[in-house]
Amino acid sequence: MSRSITNRRSLLKGSAAAGVALATPTIFTSQVWAAGYTNEPKGGSVTLGFNVPQTGAYADEGADELRAYQLAVEHINAGGGGMLETFSSKALKGGGINGKKVEYVTGDTQTKSDAARASAKRMVEKDGAIMITGGSSSGVAVAVQDYCQTAGIIFMAGLTHANDTTGKDCRANGFRHFFNTEMSGAALAPVLKNQFGSERVAYHLTADYNWGWSQEGSIQKYSEQLGWKTQAAVRTPLGAGDFSQYITPVLNSGADVLVLNHYGRDMVNSLTQAVQFGLRDKQVNGKDFGIVVPLYSRLMAQGAGENVKGIYGSTNWHWSLQDEGSKAFVKAFGEKYGFPPSQAAHTTYCQAILYADACQRAGTFMPTGVGEALKDFDFDGLGNGPTTYRGHDNQCFKDVLVVKGKENPSSKFDVLEVVEVTPRKQVEYGTDLLGCNKGSINNGAA
Amino acid sequence: MTASKTTSSSDLILLACFAAAVMAGPVILAPFGAGYPDLLQKFAIFGIFAIGFNILFGLTGYLSFGHAAFLGAGSYTAVWTFKLFSMNPIPAIIMATAFGGVFALVIGFISLRRSGIYFSILTLAFAQMSYNLAYSVLTPITNGETGLQLVQTDPRWLDTTVFGRDYGSTLPSSDLFGITMTGYSGFYFCAVMLIICFYISMRIFRSPFGLMLRAVKTNQNRLNYTGVNTRPYTLAAFVISGMYAGLAGGLMAVTDPLAGAERMQWTASGEVVLMTILGGTGTLLGPVIGAGAIKYFENIFSAYNDTTLMNIFSFLPEGLQTGVVNILGLFVGDGWHLTLGALFMLIVIFLPGGLMEGVNRLVNWATARFKNKDDGAPTPEPAAS
Repeated sequence: MSRSITNRRSLLKGSAAAGVALATPTIFTSQVWAAGYTNEPKGGSVTLGFNVPQTGAYADEGADELRAYQLAVEHINAGGGGMLETFSSKALKGGGINGKKVEYVTGDTQTKSDAARASAKRMVEKDGAIMITGGSSSGVAVAVQDYCQTAGIIFMAGLTHANDTTGKDCRANGFRHFFNTEMSGAALAPVLKNQFGSERVAYHLTADYNWGWSQEGSIQKYSEQLGWKTQAAVRTPLGAGDFSQYITPVLNSGADVLVLNHYGRDMVNSLTQAVQFGLRDKQVNGKDFGIVVPLYSRLMAQGAGENVKGIYGSTNWHWSLQDEGSKAFVKAFGEKYGFPPSQAAHTTYCQAILYADACQRAGTFMPTGVGEALKDFDFDGLGNGPTTYRGHDNQCFKDVLVVKGKENPSSKFDVLEVVEVTPRKQVEYGTDLLGCNKGSINNGAA
Repeated sequence: MTASKTTSSSDLILLACFAAAVMAGPVILAPFGAGYPDLLQKFAIFGIFAIGFNILFGLTGYLSFGHAAFLGAGSYTAVWTFKLFSMNPIPAIIMATAFGGVFALVIGFISLRRSGIYFSILTLAFAQMSYNLAYSVLTPITNGETGLQLVQTDPRWLDTTVFGRDYGSTLPSSDLFGITMTGYSGFYFCAVMLIICFYISMRIFRSPFGLMLRAVKTNQNRLNYTGVNTRPYTLAAFVISGMYAGLAGGLMAVTDPLAGAERMQWTASGEVVLMTILGGTGTLLGPVIGAGAIKYFENIFSAYNDTTLMNIFSFLPEGLQTGVVNILGLFVGDGWHLTLGALFMLIVIFLPGGLMEGVNRLVNWATARFKNKDDGAPTPEPAAS
């Protein structure tokens, strides 16, 4: 008998305690979510969340992104400097955004969707970030963008090149300044035709995640329009390190062009190994063997060193561009860090400036207001010529650069030369091509 | 807190205290900077994962190095349940638990033919196999490295056809009859699950079945010689812990509807082993504490950077400040694994029973002190008592 009495007593005690504990969250929730939108800034400052890879295959890009963000924050708080001077919108006057000083927190995406979402959540839930930006992988960008949509936070995508980010996985709360694989394909096709002719057999090595798939698809689409054949498309795991087992079969496959749908350290490794295997000096089908790297960046080219000479690819931006915006940005970045910025740094800097400017013009940080300010927004002076943020899928449309590894580099940063600036007209596509249905902007719990 | 001494009433008190502590988590952990929903959810989810792992490792002594496979499988199952049937978390976690169990049955049936290091290696091999399958071969089901996500065009058959619910043009998040499973409500859902799991684990520890599992750990040969077939017991323990892992994976998907292959990687399997050993193998509370400690380190220490450290040590003179920050900077940020490793070494060397042993030693020391004070006045020689 005594046993049941003790049971009941401790059970009662326990449930009372549990009841009290259960009541507490209402106090918390009312504080956290009472704002008109998630993390409405109340004090004299506003917090931005910079979510970049600090470890993993894209860590170099991540480090450069972070540098650019810090520079952008300086410029926004000062109301000038860098590309703010050349930016066509003059809303930002200094003293931060909407009179609030800009502060920031950082997170490490580790180039993993799970980890990236966790660090974005931490920045939103713990540090009160009003906007998340960054990411150097489309897998991560899509995952974080999806989280931001449900949380009611604006996501300004960093280096993400897959069509899906503003295609089938687009979200109303997510915005992308960077170009995509569809544009890369459209820009590269004419150059490839000039360089390699129209009777070629391509062999793809593709990073096995959404960006790689997207890149492979776009290059296949455009190269097959030229009359090329695709011999094989082999998927390689992200961050594989050693690609020799994938490159050996290329030698005897009968293909005469190798397309490396790799980025970051993957591309550095696979290209270096491809060149070591003698692919660049090989003759197949009576033609010189060609290597194409559809998405190029100066950081990667630097990593691959000598091996990039004469190899073609496309890029979003390059520091050697001679327009006023690019020059101002390279100067400001160089003065602070001592070397020129990469395309990753450029796109993230632009995203930070564009977000700040949109908030300033909207007069609020509320996601719907910011979205309205960015919708079909035309701007210039950010290094890519006249650019539009298309309202349908939150994708920027601008010129695309086709670049080639320089034969005689004058410095260790001067590794790429711009072959062609493909005008925006040529890379634009219809709103229904990539199947974006972004829904409506979420302000978070009101 | 050894099993033999505990009675059912003290168990109930333990359960009540545990429940109260878990439910009051947001308040208790707020001063440590850990009182935000995402981390709290992780505490609860990995607590469940570690409790389940402890049923296998703590009781039978079989060290599985592949438990993350069940966690990942649970996540994928839950996300698919969301996509195909309903956004309600209940079917999702039931399916996740069931699938975790079935998967564990298959892997356990094969792996448990061996014991010791061979068993560990077999489970590790299976987990890595599952990881690679999820990462590349099964891409149509798992969406590879990008991770499986919800899309607006998912059928959600139960919700739309049977209950006629329309999600409109927004992407739905998981909700329990209208309560969304994000933020604090998500945490409380996980917390209730954690308490239920804790209770079940407690019952298993106290049951004849649990005793049999302990016997397996103590001397399996002797059991075999006395004519007991231990395989069904170990397999049952393996399946139960697989179901716990499946449930944990399901809950991860409930609070955040995304399933990534990296959840199955060997590092994730190793993490749960660390959690259990850090907290105290074979104890009831240990795994939960260990899980909390590791997740805390991962989230809080990794977020520190040199600027934060500079602020903390701003009271020091400048030269000293940079010196201290430079040294400590190695242990935070990306270097948090270093801190974890050092801590793990200290614990294994000085407290082989994990943090729980530390707690018990403290309690024993305190009670001894207390007793001495009580008895100390009449008898000045405490050693005599």
